[in-house]
Order: sequence, then C-alpha cells, then structure tokens
Amino acid sequence: MSTNKNQKFLLTGNEASAEAAILAGCRYYYGYPITPQNEIMTHMSLRMPQVGGTFIQVESELAAIYMVYGSAAAGGRTMTSSSSPGISLKQEGISYLAGSELPCVIINMQRGGPGLGDISPAQSDYFQAVKGGGHGDYHTIVLAPSSVQEAADLVFDAFDLADCYRNPVMILGDAQLGQMMEPVVFEKKQKTDLSAKTWALTGARGRKRNIVKSFYPVKGELEEFNIKLQKKYREIEAEEVRYEEIDTENADIVIVAYGTSARICREVLKEARKKNMKIGMIRPVTLWPFPSVIIGRVAEKVQSILTVEMSAGQMVEDVRLSVNGKCPVHFYGRTGGGIPSPREILNKISELINIKEKITCATS
Amino acid sequence: MEAIYKKPETLIDTPTHYCPGCGHGIVQRLIAEIIDELDIREKTIGLAPVGCAVLAYNYLDIDMCEAAHGRPPAVATGIKRVHPDKIVFSYQGDGDLAAIGTAEIIHTANRGENITVIFVNNAVYGMTNGQMAPTTLLNQRTLTTPQGRDAGADGYPLRMCEILSIIDGTRFIARTSITSPKNINRTKKMIKKGFQTQIEKRGFSLIEVLSTCPVYWHMTPCESMKYIDEQMTRTFPLGIFKDWENENKDNN
Ligand SMILES: Cc1ncc(C[n+]2csc(CCOP(=O)(O)OP(=O)(O)O)c2C)c(N)n1
Ligand code: SF4
Repeated sequence: MSTNKNQKFLLTGNEASAEAAILAGCRYYYGYPITPQNEIMTHMSLRMPQVGGTFIQVESELAAIYMVYGSAAAGGRTMTSSSSPGISLKQEGISYLAGSELPCVIINMQRGGPGLGDISPAQSDYFQAVKGGGHGDYHTIVLAPSSVQEAADLVFDAFDLADCYRNPVMILGDAQLGQMMEPVVFEKKQKTDLSAKTWALTGARGRKRNIVKSFYPVKGELEEFNIKLQKKYREIEAEEVRYEEIDTENADIVIVAYGTSARICREVLKEARKKNMKIGMIRPVTLWPFPSVIIGRVAEKVQSILTVEMSAGQMVEDVRLSVNGKCPVHFYGRTGGGIPSPREILNKISELINIKEKITCATS
Repeated sequence: MEAIYKKPETLIDTPTHYCPGCGHGIVQRLIAEIIDELDIREKTIGLAPVGCAVLAYNYLDIDMCEAAHGRPPAVATGIKRVHPDKIVFSYQGDGDLAAIGTAEIIHTANRGENITVIFVNNAVYGMTNGQMAPTTLLNQRTLTTPQGRDAGADGYPLRMCEILSIIDGTRFIARTSITSPKNINRTKKMIKKGFQTQIEKRGFSLIEVLSTCPVYWHMTPCESMKYIDEQMTRTFPLGIFKDWENENKDNN
C-alpha cells in the first residue's frame, strides 16, 4: 500500500494501526496470532519487508515481548500486538520494559475473558492495563482510541511518548475497533525533536559501555530507582492527560466512557438531546494518566456521573476516586463480550433521573 | 620481564561475587580473552541471564543487557535484528536455558539466528540455593531431590546439545568442560569458534560448558572438577555435535 499522498483509505482498525506504526518509523514488529488482532500481523508481514524492517512470527507472546525488549534496548522503534490472553503473557516482559525504562508500543485489541473467554469486544483488561499488570510499582501509558482514524493517530503519539519518557505505551482497543472499517487519513508525522538514544546498546565504540538492566541488588539502590520512576510518572500525569469533553456545560448527568463504549454513548447523547435531557460526556483518551482533575471538576456541577464500560466495572473505580464523593457515581456495564446498546444506556439514565426525582420528593 | 599472561582488557578489575571454585568466573574470563583477541570489544553486545551470572556485566567491559529468566535468546534476537553487524551473545545457566527458557532457545536456534550462546551447565540451580535443574544427573542429590534425582518422578537429564544439533537452523554446537588446562583451552577454542561462526554470518552457535557449583554439590572445588570428569561427562559427553565446516565438507 502506498501512503504518500493525504489519501483516504478504507481500513480496519487493525490495519490502520499497523500502517500507522510503519509510518511512525516502527521497523521491528514481533507477534503471535490471536483473534481479533490478526490483521495487524498480516499487514506487518507484508509491509515490513517493503520498508526494510523486521517481522517475526514468534513462538509465543513471551518471546515476542522480549524481542521487543531487545530491539528497544538496541535503540529501535518496536512494537508488538495481541489480545487479552496474549497480553496476560506479555505482562512479565512489560514489567521488565518498565523496569529497564525501555520505549515500545503494545497494542491490545481486547476480547472477552477471563481465561480463553471469547473473541467478542470487551473492556475487561482495564485494570491490567492501567494498574501495572505485571509485578512492581510501574505504569504503562495507556491510550484508548474510539475510531479507526484515532487508532491510527494515537499510534504516532504512542511511539513519541514511549521515546520521550522511555516507557512502554499501550494502545487499548477492542475487537470492535480492531475489526470495523472506517475511512482513515495518515496525516500525523513522527516527532523529530526527540533526544538521541545515548543509552542504547550499539557496541561501546568511543564511549563508556551501556548497560540495560532492572536488577538493583545493592540495598537502597532499588528504592532510589523506584523513587526516580515515580517522579517520571508524576511528570507524565502532569503533562500527558488527554480527554474529550462533550456537552458538560449545564449537564445534569455526565457519562464517563472510553473506546467503543464512548462511541455507543455518542448515540445516547444524540437521543438524549432529542428528548431534552441534559446529558454530557467525558471520554478519557489517556486511561493512564487518568483525567481525574477534569472529572473531579465536572462532578462539582452535576447531579450524578454514569460510567459505562464493557466490563463488570473497572474504570468506575478510578472515576469514583476522581469524583471523591462530590456527586453520586453510577455504573452501567455489560461483560463477557456483551455490548451495551444505546437504548439500554438511555434506560439506565432515565432510571437515574427518576431516582433523582424520588429523592427530591422525599426530602422536600 | 615480559608478562606472558595478563588480565584481558575486556575483563573489569573488580572483586568477584562467585564462590570459590565456581566455573562461571573461568568461562567469563575466557569470553573476555576471546573478545580481546578478536578485537570486537566495541561491537559486542552481551546478554546476562537470571541465575548466578546475572552480574556478568560487572566483569565484562562491553555493552550489556539483562534479560528475564530464560528469555535471553529472544532479547538477543531483538538486538541482533537492529544491529545485524554487531556481535551478540547470550550467557545462560541450565535453569535459564533448559527449563524456563526451553521454548526460546529451541526457536531461536530453529530460526538460525546469527547469535552465539554460551550455556553454562552446572547441573543445579545455583542462585536459588541448589534445587534440581533439568540437567541434574540421575541420583544426584539437590535441595529438591533430597533422595537423589529419580527418573520416574523427576524425569531424565535433558541433553541440550543433542537436541539442538538435530535442529536444521543450528550451525555449530559443542560441549566442553573446564576441568583441566587442556579442557579450558578447548573451551576457549570452541567459544571462539562460536564467535567466529557469527562474525562470518554462518548462523546459530551454542557452546555448552560443563561447569562446577562446589557449594550446591557439597564438594570441594577439586572434588567438583573430578565429578565433572567422572560423572557428568557420562551423561553429557564432550564433543562437537554440529559444525558448519564439516557440513560443507560433506556437501562437497
Ligand atoms: C520468572 C522467574 N522465576 C524464578 C526466578 C528465580 N531464579 C533465579 S536464578 C534461578 C535459577 C538459576 O539457575 P541456573 O540458570 O542453572 O543458573 P546458576 O545460578 O546455576 O548459574 C531461579 C529459578 C526468577 N528470577 N524469575
Ligand atoms: S552458587 Fe554455585 S554457581 Fe553460584 S556462584 Fe556459587 S558456586 Fe557458582
């Protein structure tokens, strides 16, 4: 595929993410097949040789993440992708990548779990993605696209953020986003002002040797390193929070939803407007760092917040922490591959409005 | 007076953390000598494993990378794909290579990855205090085989050279030991050949070195050397299992 012009392509979220990675300068891709993200691998197997890059279909997700580790340590732009059970296997390596401060991109097109689950869309890996997932005190930057165009755009940002902070970045999509087709234009460009990777392993020619490691056996050293890591995370929290805010001005109820759920909630907002219901939405684009400040601010002016997720309730915990008791937080979710319909969500909202009325009556 | 034997430049002058009589120190010194002799210090990248050799980067003055337990071959693959002209080697114990990392070593070998693997087989898990390794000999007592390794319950010692040599992707596979100056010299020759195999872009090479762990064998260093010669080599015979040079001859 030629992407020279600002041409519009009709692509799946998987294909768009893969192509964006190549345009963002990714030259080392390692993966193991798992539905619903196989199109990323297929696209990479075709395109990587065309751009002089490396594609390896690896024996396992474990090996894939460690090839990413090696290529990242050697200074290359590198990526792997998988879906939920495969991401569970990659968690060991993600912890090591965070511990060695290595930049890379990991795409998770989530499917239903736990266990083998099914291949339908889900958002039940939220905890795993934003709370660490592997062992140790670390964070992965997590970006959550809700359209094919955004999936492509965020891949560019993911590589730049990874390099900028020397940290793994995860794109958290799902089967729906990965497999639906939408028009996409590859407009974003790779950042050019990033500092040189002087820490990378290139052979110690004309300089002191470099060591990439996460082992700190001398007492006190590991704590010192962790404090440094936490400082970096606070900086990321201060600088990199992204979200979309829709109709929150004068809203009675504000929905918080990301990715595919947020897409469905857009329909809910349209319907609600027709019914003169004042409903707004905050869509976190970065799930870590989480847009806590804006959610906290909005919580001061609304009757309640409704979190909608394709899980049994995971992000809602972060929403509650952000709201910090300023207003009630409600949850509507479908789990195990279930997708909420706009009607179900509207019903939930009507229920909340009725509750509100009942409470008002009781106290007046 | 001219010094005929001195510290290799690649070897860092620092106190060792290895126990007295441990083979790791010998093998790492050999690697340093070879890197000096081949003049590749500035283009070599080494992989330190999990196990007693985790601190290998304290001794070798080259770019080095740590890898999680068993994963050095995958990490080495990732590095080599970025720098095909650099010399990449992994250094692994038997727990690392033949237990938790079995899949990685087999598949890296099968891809014919142009890297060199130095496999230090001391038939025990040293760092975690002497549990059974995949290479523990039958009847050998370890922390987790207190009555000696029993084939029925614990399986048999895994012979990695034999397994790897039937994989089409491998080019040079040898087993050596460090029990005498002669054997140490041979080990050096074999490891050097492993590096040369890579430099000449001939593909995957692995050198298994039968090594000592006096502490968890509950032997003196001298007894340990004897144990390798008299016991270990019966299960793990020394020799070259595959050599691209002979392959070429066969083809002619
Ligand atoms: C995933 C994981 N499991 C277990 C360990 C604990 N561990 C550290 S070293 C080691 C065994 C190493 O044995 P070997 O590779 O034979 O090296 P040796 O210490 O004998 O040189 C184990 C099990 C670990 N670090 N990581
Ligand atoms: S425990 Fe065994 S392998 Fe580890 S340093 Fe001591 S002698 Fe060597």
